[in-house]
Parts: sequence; C-alpha cells; structure tokens
Amino acid sequence: MTLARHVGAALAVAVVLAILTIRLGPFRDYQIAEAAAYVTAVAGLTYLIGLSGQISIGHGAFMAVGAYAAALLLLHLDWPLEAVFAASAVIAAAAGGIIGAAAARLRGPYLAGATLMLAVALPSLADKYAGVFGGDQGLSVAVTTPAWLGTTFPPTRWLAWITCAAALITLVLLANLGRSRIGRSWRALRDDEIAAALSGLNVARMRMLAFVVSSACAGLGGALLAVVTDIVSPGAFNLALSISLLTAAILGGLGSLAGAVWGSLVLVFVPTYVTDVANSHGLSSGASSNVPIAAYGVVLIVVMLVFPSGIQGGLRRLLGPVAPAARPPFNALRRHAPASEKQEEGTR
Amino acid sequence: MRRTHRANLALVAGTAVVAMVVAACGSSGTSTPSSSSSASSSSSSGALTASAPGITPTTITIGSHQPLTGVAAPGYDEIAPSSDAYFKYVNSRGGIYGRKIVYKYLNDQYNPALTSTVVHQLVLQDNVYAIFNGLGTPTHLAVAPFLNAQKVPDVFVASGCECWNSPAKWPYTYGWQIDYIREGKILGNYIEQHFKGKRIGYFYQDDEFGMDGVKGLDAEIPKSQVVARESYDPTNVNVGPQVTKLKAAHAQVVISFSVPAFTALLQLTSLKLKFAPQFAVSDVGSDPITLAGLLESFAKQGGATVSGNALTQGIITDGYLPSLGDMSNSWIALFSKIHKEYLPKLPFDGNVAYGIAAAYTFVQAMFKAGRNPTRQDLLNAINSGLPQGPSVAPYAYSATDHNGITGAYIAVIKNGELVQKGPVLVTDTSPTGAITPYTTPQPPAPASGIPAP
Repeated sequence: MTLARHVGAALAVAVVLAILTIRLGPFRDYQIAEAAAYVTAVAGLTYLIGLSGQISIGHGAFMAVGAYAAALLLLHLDWPLEAVFAASAVIAAAAGGIIGAAAARLRGPYLAGATLMLAVALPSLADKYAGVFGGDQGLSVAVTTPAWLGTTFPPTRWLAWITCAAALITLVLLANLGRSRIGRSWRALRDDEIAAALSGLNVARMRMLAFVVSSACAGLGGALLAVVTDIVSPGAFNLALSISLLTAAILGGLGSLAGAVWGSLVLVFVPTYVTDVANSHGLSSGASSNVPIAAYGVVLIVVMLVFPSGIQGGLRRLLGPVAPAARPPFNALRRHAPASEKQEEGTR
Repeated sequence: MRRTHRANLALVAGTAVVAMVVAACGSSGTSTPSSSSSASSSSSSGALTASAPGITPTTITIGSHQPLTGVAAPGYDEIAPSSDAYFKYVNSRGGIYGRKIVYKYLNDQYNPALTSTVVHQLVLQDNVYAIFNGLGTPTHLAVAPFLNAQKVPDVFVASGCECWNSPAKWPYTYGWQIDYIREGKILGNYIEQHFKGKRIGYFYQDDEFGMDGVKGLDAEIPKSQVVARESYDPTNVNVGPQVTKLKAAHAQVVISFSVPAFTALLQLTSLKLKFAPQFAVSDVGSDPITLAGLLESFAKQGGATVSGNALTQGIITDGYLPSLGDMSNSWIALFSKIHKEYLPKLPFDGNVAYGIAAAYTFVQAMFKAGRNPTRQDLLNAINSGLPQGPSVAPYAYSATDHNGITGAYIAVIKNGELVQKGPVLVTDTSPTGAITPYTTPQPPAPASGIPAP
C-alpha cells in the first residue's frame, strides 16, 4: 500500500520533471541535474540525522568516495551507467559501514568531530595517490548521450533525466525504509536509546545501518554530481560541501525527504539567482561576488527564525496536515547538548 | 525546437536589416580596410551582423570563471576587473569594429565543481561567444572538455599548464602566459650557470603547475645537484616539514614553483627555522607587491612583524611582461594610464598588468578575426599567429601549437620591483630544446593603446 503510494507520487513527479526539462533551457536542465544529485545525498543525510539521531559533518567525503568510484569505473572498465551508479552506492556504503562501526561508539560532538576529520582528510588522499586519482586536477568523467535519442538531443536534458531518475528511485526506497520496521527502530533509538535497547533493539547495529544507508545515498549523489560536472577532483569535495549538505538538510527540515528536496533547491538555485540579480544591478565585482554568500546566510537565518523546523515543517504548519510531517529540528544536536538543557536525558 | 529556430532566424534577419540602416546612416567614414586572414567569411565593410552566438551588431559577450572569493582570491581577484578595465577602455574608443565587449566573469571560488556550474551558465544560458582567461589549472580542466564539445572558443587560459596545448584533443583551447615547462627551463638554466656546484632544493606545488615546472628545471639542472625535492599541497598551510627537509639537506638555493601565499609561507617558515638559502621563485608566485603584502599579513597573524619589502629583496625570478617600474616602457605607460583611469582602488601590481595584457591579446585576436566573425574565425585568427604585444617574447600560436608566450627574462627583486638580468630568453617545451637570447626589441605599444585591426 505504502509502496504503491510512494511509487505513484514519484511517477507524478517524474512526469512534471520531464515536462520541465523539455520546456526549460539547457542551463536550467543542468541545474535540475545538479539539484537532483544534491537531493540524493541530502536525503540520506536527513535520514541519518533526523531519523537515527546521529550527526555527520563529513558527508562530502562519502560523496567523494562515490564520485571517484564512478570516475574510475567509467574510465577503466567502461561500465554502463546504471551499473556504475549502483557500484558507487555500494562502495560508498562499504566506506560508510567502516565509519559507521566507529560511529556506533561515538556520541554527539565526538561523532561530529570524527566525521569532520573524515571530510578534511579524505580528499587529500587524491593528492597522495595522484597516479590513481589524478591528483589535484582529478579525473574527467565523460558521459555521452545515447544514440537512440538522436544527435540533436541536448546533453544536459539527458543528464537531468538520469540524475532525476536516480534521485526519485532513491527517494522512493528511502520513503519505504522510513515507514518500515527499520525506520521505526531508528526513531525509537533517536528518541531514547536506553528505552530502545530495553525493547530489544540492537542499538549499535541500527546506528551502523543508518550510516550505511546514508553513505550509500551520498555515494550515489557523488557519482551523479561527477557525471553532471564532468570531473571529480579533490577541490570539489571540500569541507564547504559537507557543511552545505548539512545546511540543506536542516534548512529543508530534518528527517523529511521533501525537506531534502527544498534544501537542495535552495543550495543550487539561490546562489545563481542572486548572482544574476547582483550583476544586473551593476554592483562592483567585489560586492556582487560576496552577495550570494550573504544571501545564503540571510535565507538560512530567516528560515530558522520563521520556520524553526525547516521549510517542510513550515509548509506543514501553514498548510495543515496535507504536507507530510517533518521531524523537529536539531534532535541529533540537542540530545547530546550540555546538561543545561533540562528535558534531555543524554547518554553519556 | 524548429519553431524557435525559425523565430531566431527571423530575429537575426530583422536585426541585420536594422543594423544595416544604422551603419549606413552613422558610420560611413569609420569602416577600415581589413586585411584579415579570414576575410572569406567577413567582408571588409558593410553591416555588422549577429555572426555567431554572443555577437550582436552592437556587442560581443564573453565570459570567464575567476576566484573572486576564497583561498585563491587574494591578488588573483584583481585580474578580471583589470581585463574588464581594458575592455572598457577599448569600448570607449570605438570598440571592436564598433561592437562593445561585454565581459561577464563569474566567481568559481577556485572550486572545480563551481567552475563547471558557472561555465555551463555562461555557455548555455548567457550564450557567450567565448570563454576568456578562465583562471586555474584544476578549475579549468573541469570545463575544457565541455567547451570543446560545445565548440566554444576557450582562449588564453589563465594558467601555464602545458596541457592547454593539445590542438588535436582540444582544438578550441589556447594557453597564453609562458607555460611552466619553458619557465622552468629558463629559471633552471640561470641557476645552473650562476650557482655552479651549489646544492639545490626544489619546493613546488603538488600538481600540474609544480610538476611541469620541475620538468623544465630538470631539463637544465643536473640531477646530482638537486639535494631535496619537496612538494606542498595547497590546502595544507603547514610547510614546516618541507622546509626542515630542505634545511637538513643543506640546500643553498631553493627554487620554488608556488602560488604567492605559499612563497610567503616558505619564506616565513625558513626565517623561523633560521634557514637562509638563495630563493628563486617562478613568476606566478613572485609578484613583489602581492608577496610583500602576504608576508606582512601572515607574520602579523603569527604575532610577528616583518618587512615584506626587505624579505622579497634579492629573490631571483623571471618575467614575461615588462617590469612594472619601467615607466619608460610604452606598455607599462599604457597599463598605468588604464590603471589610473579605471582601477584607482587596486594596487598597480603584476595582477593588474596580467589582466590588461591578456585582454589586449584578446582584442588583437578579435580584430584579426574580422568584422563579422564566426567562432571558427577567431580560431583561424589565432592559428595564423598573433603579432607580439605586451609580452617581451613572441607567441607560439599556430595551427599545431596552442601555447602562448615563448620566453621570459631573468630578474632580481629590488625594492619591490623586478630588475632585469640579461637578455630575454626564448625556448621550446622539449627537454633538449636550446635556450636562446631573443634580441629583437619589443615593439612599442600603439599610441592609441588599441591594436591595429
């Protein structure tokens, strides 16, 4: 029943996206493809934080794993695209499993610190093993539009199609997972780990599973991003990327898949839009190059003030019960906050 | 699709008619006889048409990606505004065959993923005629395949990577500044001759920039003389381990292929470790004004005070544009005039000169491409060679060579300025190619400051 509803919704969205990509210009298609890549990664992250109650400041590193896996597979083995995407997700999931095993033992700020370290350290491996990973200039990723679409088919529309398809499939799978026994278990251990353990849940295993799932999503997102931007290089997977994924998840509404979509749209479209506006108003280049960064900050502050539970939470409040629920924000952050916050039991 | 295409055609035809009327009324006297090599596709007089994407009867729109914020911004963020200043200068004096250049440069923060986004925007949405002077090796590598697939001229990349010279793979891409291999050879040759038997250490950025430079150095300096080869990662600002190793190897000369921030870190760390070799720094990382500023601000962050001017004193480097202090040079006088008129807030440094000089080269190429150039006309114009401009050595451009400036002079920094040592030297990129003095004097800048069509 749930599955049918989710698949139905995804198909409806797919039709809308298909119409949009045909009607809009090639650069909008490119942005849609970019947004779809981010949606895939942010959806995994929002589940990790919002459902299982663990934080990761290093999800950009898992995107890097997926992206490099995709680039290497395309470059050396020339696999078909679907296989490359699946393999990237699996490889990133394996990396997530290793980190998750450690993460299951860490809490709050320590987990944040460990994942932060990952985000900082991992990209420099590309420099260390420049022979394999191409060093600072990275590896180029070339994807050709299939012949059956004809030679005049815009390549960016094809990119938008494959990335949106991958993103939608991911969202459907995640939506089902969230409603399943696993999703309920995650919520249980997020709300009270001791109670969850007493009820017979294997806390460590569930926490690790959350990490595996979310890093698989990040890996797929990274592979999609690699295909969209034609290149994987360490500069693209810096700390700023990890932080912006986290921002998108919080901005959209933690734990909400629709929120992941809103957050990613803000991530992709706001900077371009603001740059265009700033340039068209004749601001000096020094000023206009900083305006998008400032605008992003303003959006973040305003959303957090007006909709403390993110955009999806805000929509839900405005529209009533129509929009699906978004989790209360900052659960992952708050439950391990200093003892001054009384209502939290905290696990130490 | 087909309908929009037809509508576009109608639009083009319409504008062409309007342009013809305007041209017939207004500018009968300004049409200049063109000796363009690509005159086949563009008549020497007559209407200005929308001959290519990004070209209208009144404008030429070009784009670029530049680090306007972020780690690479200090210094480099002056380049695009300086190019833009030169374009404004040309626009205010008649433009290119009457068309004004619109230069749209977007901030990529030196992040290849963002480079990809902004260049897609410039090409797919803003419909630029060409990408001009896109800055950075890792960043531009992210978009060179896309630009070539889209058949968009990708001219005068702001990086000395030899990789831009791949006419078979990337026919639309052209380098501009002296490539790092040639530069390494010229620097290495000088060090080999003037520091015979001394112990030499390398300090270089761990990417194509540094490695191409080392390739050039190794072609000139005997391997046995090199006692240490230390690379740095531009994202890690601690160069202590590298400097310690250079010191432990008792290097007497340290040759550095580094960006300005890391030249400053190398010097400050050496100072701290009481290590005082002779420094030789490639052009990219040795602009005296940028370097002195960085040295002072980094030292201040570390709680110390140094004189940037004193620390840069005596650094051996090379230059491919005339020395900025030489006001008797007509090019420097032109740069200074444009700087005063359009860029009063920026320091008059190497980045400003770089931006103006690259823009001058673009204007040269556009004049040569003809009155109504297609994108191919621009390639043809460059492939048939460009006359020497602001650079001290000629360009290499031909159908089979997409490298730019072919030579440089050795200089020593004195009181914040480059003092030339010896003649301009030219060479090629092969390890065995000779380094020869280039004695033909540099042609002076045109009095108008604008290249002759």
